[in-house]
Amino acid sequence: MQPYFSEVYGNASSMHSFGSAAVAALDEAHHTVACDLGARASEIVFTGCGTESDNLAIRGASLAMWKRGRGQHLIVASAEHHAVAHTFHQLQDLFGFTVTELPVGSDGRVDPDDVRKAIRPDTVLCSVMLANNEVGSFNDIASIGAICRERGVLMHTDAVQAPSTVLLNVNALNVDLLALSAHKFYGPKGVGMLYIREGTAYLSTLTGGGHERGRRPGTVNVAGCVGLAAASKYVAARRDTQAGRLSLLRDKLFAGILADVPDARVSGHAHDRLAGHASFVFKDVDGETLLMALDIEGIAVSTGSACTSGNPEPSEVLVAMGISPNWALGGLRISLGYGTTEDDVDRVIDVLPKCVARIRKTAHVMGSARVVAQP
Amino acid sequence: MSGNGGTRVVVAMSGGVDSSVAAALLVEQGYEVIGIMLRLWAEEGTDMTGAPNANRCCAPEAVTDARAIAQMLGIPFYDIHAEAVFKKQVVDSWIDGYARAITPNPCFNCNRSIRFGFLKQRALALGASYLATGHYARVDRAGDDTPYRLLKGRDDKKDQSYVLHVLGQEDLAHAMFPCGNYVKSEIRSLAHKFGLPTAERAESQDLCFLTQGDYRGFLSRQAPEISTPGPVLNQRGEQIGTHEGLPYYTVGQRKGLQVMQKITTAEPMYVLRLDRARNAVIAGPASELGSRRVLVQMAHYCSGRIPEGAIQCTAKVRYKAREATGTLEPQANGSLVFQFDEPQRDATPGQGLVAYFGDEVIGGGVITAVS
Ligand SMILES: Cc1ncc(COP(=O)(O)O)c(C=O)c1O
Repeated sequence: MQPYFSEVYGNASSMHSFGSAAVAALDEAHHTVACDLGARASEIVFTGCGTESDNLAIRGASLAMWKRGRGQHLIVASAEHHAVAHTFHQLQDLFGFTVTELPVGSDGRVDPDDVRKAIRPDTVLCSVMLANNEVGSFNDIASIGAICRERGVLMHTDAVQAPSTVLLNVNALNVDLLALSAHKFYGPKGVGMLYIREGTAYLSTLTGGGHERGRRPGTVNVAGCVGLAAASKYVAARRDTQAGRLSLLRDKLFAGILADVPDARVSGHAHDRLAGHASFVFKDVDGETLLMALDIEGIAVSTGSACTSGNPEPSEVLVAMGISPNWALGGLRISLGYGTTEDDVDRVIDVLPKCVARIRKTAHVMGSARVVAQP
Repeated sequence: MSGNGGTRVVVAMSGGVDSSVAAALLVEQGYEVIGIMLRLWAEEGTDMTGAPNANRCCAPEAVTDARAIAQMLGIPFYDIHAEAVFKKQVVDSWIDGYARAITPNPCFNCNRSIRFGFLKQRALALGASYLATGHYARVDRAGDDTPYRLLKGRDDKKDQSYVLHVLGQEDLAHAMFPCGNYVKSEIRSLAHKFGLPTAERAESQDLCFLTQGDYRGFLSRQAPEISTPGPVLNQRGEQIGTHEGLPYYTVGQRKGLQVMQKITTAEPMYVLRLDRARNAVIAGPASELGSRRVLVQMAHYCSGRIPEGAIQCTAKVRYKAREATGTLEPQANGSLVFQFDEPQRDATPGQGLVAYFGDEVIGGGVITAVS
């Protein structure tokens, strides 16, 4: 993507020849991404991030369907990322939509049968994430998408977590809208992609010029899109071998941690989950403190979702899965990537149990001054 | 390196000069330093720019400053949310104090439950041996009899040992106050030497969680139910005026006392005490203010031991009050009585009495009654 910051600096929406080099690069990027997803280049819309893709898709499809007189009922799973969940909340609170929240099981997954039961004559859109960012579990999007299609309900999936280890095909998945974020598959930060199936009711909630065929007006981040496309090629060539390798490492991590840490559980499904995603809950451990303790040891992890870390409330996702607060506060997610080695995993297996033990040991430390009370 | 390598210290950072210099000194001394900033609760609302209000200890600029300083010192930095625990342990119990007609000092509970509770616990959980803060106070670890002694900071004018008197042996064992050995001007030159920003944020007398004016407005919004208007009585029990609710008054206050016109004498009237049972403010002339005998029901001693007999020493009844001489008389039931040699004008139930022997903090506690 380097040249697009300097030599090929033309604005893709200008007519001059500087501009046309940029247009060519953008066309190519649409094409590359479309190929990987089994889509058409014209169905690919570049955006500013995964959050923007989710927002544009959900709001754009809901409002367009409503305008067509199709109704105002929406369906969303209860363990979604805030980019999705908060968009649904807003449609309900400010725009008159009714939202049905689908429960998730203790493994974090939606039962497709619940989708079938939730659909009403006025249902216009259903959104279920492909892989959960906090607990890694996969949803059966192909089945859910088929149910929705049969009933004339648009289907959106947040697939942000998937591309580095999962081959996505929009036709096999039966989806109309699909969101990605470049930095989740080795691309640059601040670029996203939204797939919009040809013919899908969609109203751009960003208004302005005709960029991205009017579906996402605003000057396009050419270098970023080229970077996203390059990342898409990069993971396409590696995801199968990496998925195999990473799922072995992940299972080793699961076994190592569960063997050495008392009162520890895997959160999410044990194996029907992202290859590079290991998540745990530890009873009576403050997940945030554990995150800091590991960070000091040079091990970067997150407490569930990086976007909500620092929040002293237990994770909404873990709560939705029925995990009790004294376990849910000790949620931890460890991501394994292409660069993760077996040595790295061994190091976590060595260090993490010690950190958990120390946190538990000090959990009841109180100052010696506690005897003083107000009169 | 001075042999401190491998000893981990968590520094409570605020983005201000003192805690920044504290962190820099510890880095210089070879400790493995970790910076932590606590996000504390503040009343909801918005400031003049429309941005949400923040607790003064962790306003957005303060977080940015602290993070930049940590980056400069090459130490890890974390900001942790402690809003809920701060609200419950500090703010709610402070409001509760007003509901009980005392003048509570929230800083004691903050140091006890937040800094040396919540944060100390996290520091130990991170494998740190010490929790350091930017307070002007010192810990003496040399004594045999009492292992750890809390001492005043070297700078008389900045000394903050008053608010730290709640600490006990277990706290002092893990406490470090790197600024305590310096006077403020030296801290400023150290900041200069370390290349740290030296600009002071405006110091405010108000409490860190008050974001819109003084505490009276805060109480009227957050706990209107605790204030009921009632009579102002003189010492003979005769009504001489009305008050707007006991929480709005404190001992020694003159402002806001509505005394009936015909009673207004040549002498201005002051709050002498608050009588919760009668919901009355007892007022009188300045000559009636002041008490020699101060009772602390639940006394705390930094040594962890009740002194064996009376001690001739000094004590302070407010953070900014002058230290005065007197006798500390420990009582068998765990309370203490401090007999001042001269009457103390500002001794007020709810505030702290802190006793000193020279530079050493003996202990003290929340004032229960004065006479
Ligand atoms: C499942 C999921 N959806 C959406 C997002 C938001 O993506 P972005 O950070 O690019 O806005 C994330 C990022 O963490 C995510 O994990």
